This record gives sequence, C-alpha cells and structure tokens, in this order.
Amino acid sequence: MAAGDRVMDVRPPGALIPLPLPDREKPPLRDPRRSDVDEWGRSEHTRTLARTVYGPLYRSWFRVEWEGLEKIPQDGGALLVANHAAAIPSDAPVIMHGIEEELGRAVYGLAEYIFRAMPFIGTLWSRVGGVPAHPENAYRLLREQGQLVLVFPEGAKGPGKTYGQRYRLSRFGRGGFVEIAMRAGVPVVPIAVVGAEESMPIVLKSNALARLLNIPYFPITANMLLFGPLLGTLLYLPAKFKVRVLDPVHFDVPPNQERYSKSRIMDDAESIRVSLQETLYEMLRARRSIWFG
Amino acid sequence: MGRRVLVTGLATFWGGRMAQALERDPEIETIVGLDTTEPTLQLERTEYVRADENYSILARIVKATQVDTIVHTFLVVDSTRMSGRNLHEVNVIGTMNLLAAASAADTSVRQLVVKSSSLVYGSSYLDPVWFREEMTRSRPPRTRVERSLLEVESYLRDFADDNPHVVVTLLRFANVLGTDIVTPISTWLDRGVAPCILGFDPLFQFVEEDDVVRALEFVATNQVPGTYNVAGDGRLPWSEVAAICGARMVAHSPIRTGWAAAPINRLGILDLPPEVLELLRYGRGVDNRRLKEAGFDYRYTSAGAVESFARASRLRHTVGDSRPGYRYERDVEAFFRHSPAVIRTHEPR
Repeated sequence: MAAGDRVMDVRPPGALIPLPLPDREKPPLRDPRRSDVDEWGRSEHTRTLARTVYGPLYRSWFRVEWEGLEKIPQDGGALLVANHAAAIPSDAPVIMHGIEEELGRAVYGLAEYIFRAMPFIGTLWSRVGGVPAHPENAYRLLREQGQLVLVFPEGAKGPGKTYGQRYRLSRFGRGGFVEIAMRAGVPVVPIAVVGAEESMPIVLKSNALARLLNIPYFPITANMLLFGPLLGTLLYLPAKFKVRVLDPVHFDVPPNQERYSKSRIMDDAESIRVSLQETLYEMLRARRSIWFG
Repeated sequence: MGRRVLVTGLATFWGGRMAQALERDPEIETIVGLDTTEPTLQLERTEYVRADENYSILARIVKATQVDTIVHTFLVVDSTRMSGRNLHEVNVIGTMNLLAAASAADTSVRQLVVKSSSLVYGSSYLDPVWFREEMTRSRPPRTRVERSLLEVESYLRDFADDNPHVVVTLLRFANVLGTDIVTPISTWLDRGVAPCILGFDPLFQFVEEDDVVRALEFVATNQVPGTYNVAGDGRLPWSEVAAICGARMVAHSPIRTGWAAAPINRLGILDLPPEVLELLRYGRGVDNRRLKEAGFDYRYTSAGAVESFARASRLRHTVGDSRPGYRYERDVEAFFRHSPAVIRTHEPR
C-alpha cells in the first residue's frame, strides 16, 4: 500500500451514528495462557530470573547508588531519558534493574529495530522488556498502558564515543522523544548516569571495519586490551555507578495532536539535554574516584 | 421484501458456512452461491451456480437475481492451495470482475462484504506491535499472495469511492484456527510438528473459526461500513502455541530460510509458504478494537482459538475424523428446492 492510502469509511446517507453501548456485565473470555509473556514480548518470569542473575553484578561489581528515585512517578506513564555509554551499553540494564527492584514498576526499553531481527539476542532482549522504537509502540505503552519507558536519545552515538569524548552528550536525535512524550501526554524524566563510560571505554575505533560489518561502530575497548578479545566483550570494568534522577519535565501541550511545533520540540529537547549535561558535570566534579565513587 | 444475498466462493470453507449462517436468518429471502466446484456443506435453501468469476456471467447473475448484498469469500489467502498464477487470477481478476458486475448502471447491489486477510500488513522487524486499520505496511510485499491481496484492496477502495451508495465492508482476518479449518499452520500442529526459526520466538495472534463466521454475519446483517481487523485478544509466543498443541519445535536456519525450506516444500514433507516463514520470524499483531466498538463480541481470545483447535485435534487423533462427508448431488438438490412434490415449511414465493 502506498503511504497515505485512505481506508474506506463510507457511510450510507442517513446512517445512524453508533452510540457507545453501556458496559454490559460480560464474563471475561477464557484465555488459556501457559506463559506470562505479554503483548510486547516481555515476561515477568524472565525478568525475575534476570534480576536474580544480574543482582550480584548490580550490587557488588557496579555498586549502583541512586539519587532522586522518588521523582519517578509511582503510577501512570513516564518517558525516562538517560545518557548512553559503554561499547556494549551497561546503563540500560542498570536503570531497568534499579527501578524494578526499588519501585516495583516494570520498565520497557525502546531500542533500535535491528535487535528484533537478531536471532537469540533479539528474543532474549524482547523477553526482558526490549521494545522496538516505533512511535506507535511508544504511544500505546505510555498513553494507553501508562508504563515506564526508557529511551536513550543519543542513540548509537552515545556508546560510540571514544574515551576522550566521555560525558560529552551527543545531539539528542531529532527531538523525537519529546514529541512522543507530548503526544502521549506524559512527563519526561531525565536520568544522569555516571560510571557507564568507564565500565567499557572505547580506546580506538575502526570506521573501516564498522562499515564492512555494517555495524554503527567497531570498538577496541580497554577491556579487550586487558582481558583479550573474547572476554573483553563480556567483562565490564568495576566502575562505580551513580545514577541521579532529575525533576520530571511536563509539557503544557494537549496530548493526541497530529503535529506539534517543531521549534517547540527542538527547544525542549535541547533544554533537557543541557540540564542532563550540567548534572553530569556536577556529578563528575563530586566524584573522587572512578572505581570507588 | 426480504434481502437477497450473493455469496461467492460457496465451496470454500467460509462461503459454505456463511451461507449456512445466512439461511438461519428469516429476513434473508434468497441466497445465491457461486463457485467453480460443488459445495462441501449441506445447505437448505441456497441456490448454487457453478461458474468461474467471469465478468459476463457475474453481470448476468447479479442482474437476474437482483441481489442487494454480495459477500465475497472467494479470496485465496493460502498460497499452498494453488499456484501463483492461479492465485492471482482468482484473487485479482475474479474480484475485478465481481466489482465491475456490481457497479453496473442500474445495479441493485447495496452492500458488499469482502473477506481479506491480515497478510496485507506483512511481517517485518520494522512493524509496530499492533497494526491499526489505517496503518500501512513497513516493507513492500515480496510474496505473490500479499501482492494480490493488496491489489484487491485497492480495487475495493476505488469501488467504494465510485459507488457511495454501496455499503462496503472489508474484513481483515488474522490466522484462523478452529475445529474444522485446514491451514498450513493447522496442518503442522495436527501432525505434531511446529517449525520454528532458530533463535526466534515471535508472538502470534489467532482468530477462532466461529468468530470469523459470526463477524461476517455481523457486518452483513448490521450493514457496517469500513475496514476492520478481526482477531482474538492477546498474542502468544509460538513456543506456547506448540506447547498447547503438544507439538515439537523443529528449528530451521535463520539465515537463508527460504533456501533451506525449499527442499522441504519440494519433497512435500511440510508446507512452508514464504509468507508464513516471515510470520515465523517476526509474528504479527492487529488491533481488533474497531470491530468491538462497532458492537461485535468475540467469543475466543487468541489462546482460546489455539486451545479450541488443540482439543479438536486431540479428538481427531483418538477417534478419527467423524464428520460425515457431504457430496453435492445436483439433481437431488434441485429436486428439494424446486419440485412441487416437496412440502416446504417456509412460505413459498
């Protein structure tokens, strides 16, 4: 079908407009499910298993410390945005684990479509709450289901930074995350993560190899140099993680609009980026040691 | 005067059942069925005409019977049933002829119901989790059956635009499972095999066959215009579908799946049509709320449809296929319908 194809909606002349019927008491339909995989592919059972496995890493290796967790809404949807780092990002599992453990709320992570196309990794990613970043998906999760959704506006540019550019936030995409939050009528909650950059820092990048393998970047990390190429992709350095939640940003625009002012979107996205950047610099000033905080 | 309905594809699974459902409605005075082969279900008062979807024949039938409703179930959505060229012939040319016959100058047709498939949305990693009716595909179609269905839908849109006095309803059905229907997926599960693609466990959505017939009946009776997705609530992983049906998962290569599946198709071991291979990789979900808002009540969820199929399958394996086969005898049926010797319970015309 071509883009913009209309769907027929032919009403015969004089047709009655159907009024919504009062909610009759209908017995729920029989739904003989055997697993708890929900419509997004997430399984609470798999999440519990993942949290058990990840727990020791979270508590003893990264020693994650949160600040401002109470700013995350207890119910209703919110779009969590954070800075993104580490060649194989370690911040996403940390944030999701922390929120699920401390607040008991599910977190869905929006990521590139390409994860869905990967065998094994794609299925596992989906079961632990990964959702492809389609605007329809985000809208349904945020507005219709009131879930917490985590997104990294830097995209692949964040993790692709070399060690020399650490903590300098790249462009926040085209402001799409602001538009998603506006349309869904939910606040944006910025989260600043310190420690991910040092957990798997990129020392060198090979653009030629990246183009050859059709991946966003081909990193040579410090982990690879220390532990060898294979172990280096699996083992993280024990950087101390500090996570700070900033005040939620509410947009005073009506939800469900077709279009939002582009300049408004860009302004808001830039101001969120600036506030995250300032927070990161402040946290870095206070940080005395990479490994011990 | 009662309603007069033409059902195309009377010998198909849906056409026959639709005609049976329509026969139960006393408001419907005449039912005419069309197909290239004999009906496979016993019908009481449906007139059967053996014809292919040739324009002149269709135009003559529509004019002579003065039908006001056409239910078009003669669309093939299963590419294993016939070759690519025939499929295109039946779907595209057949529908084109039907629409042309229905849009003649002094036509009596006031309602058209077409049974399409959620195949038109395709299956790709770029898809949203739920497709609403106004959303388009993420990628252009690569299989014949999808292309033919898209063409059919575009002809239908043009027909609706040109004939605003006709109530046009397009129903897109998700994969159907139930007690009687035979599809590639149901054949696999019946044999206890669930082909899967190594490393993928996508979410499937189904609709139960009874809900399909009821949905067709609902839109035909209530004259609901528009496009609707018809599918049960909820999605479930393919591994769970296999578990409910007691089927064993058989993995196929995730790389070059089509190539790897070709010998299996060729040798007739298992039917792995290309559109279903895509489904096995990414699954598909369609939003069914629009039809519910129009007043339709589903009786089965997706998991319920799988269970209904699994129960029937278990019974079939134990006591065999106990449905009595029906053979259409033309002279016998003509005798029942038209002979003055038969005492009919409904009022003679």
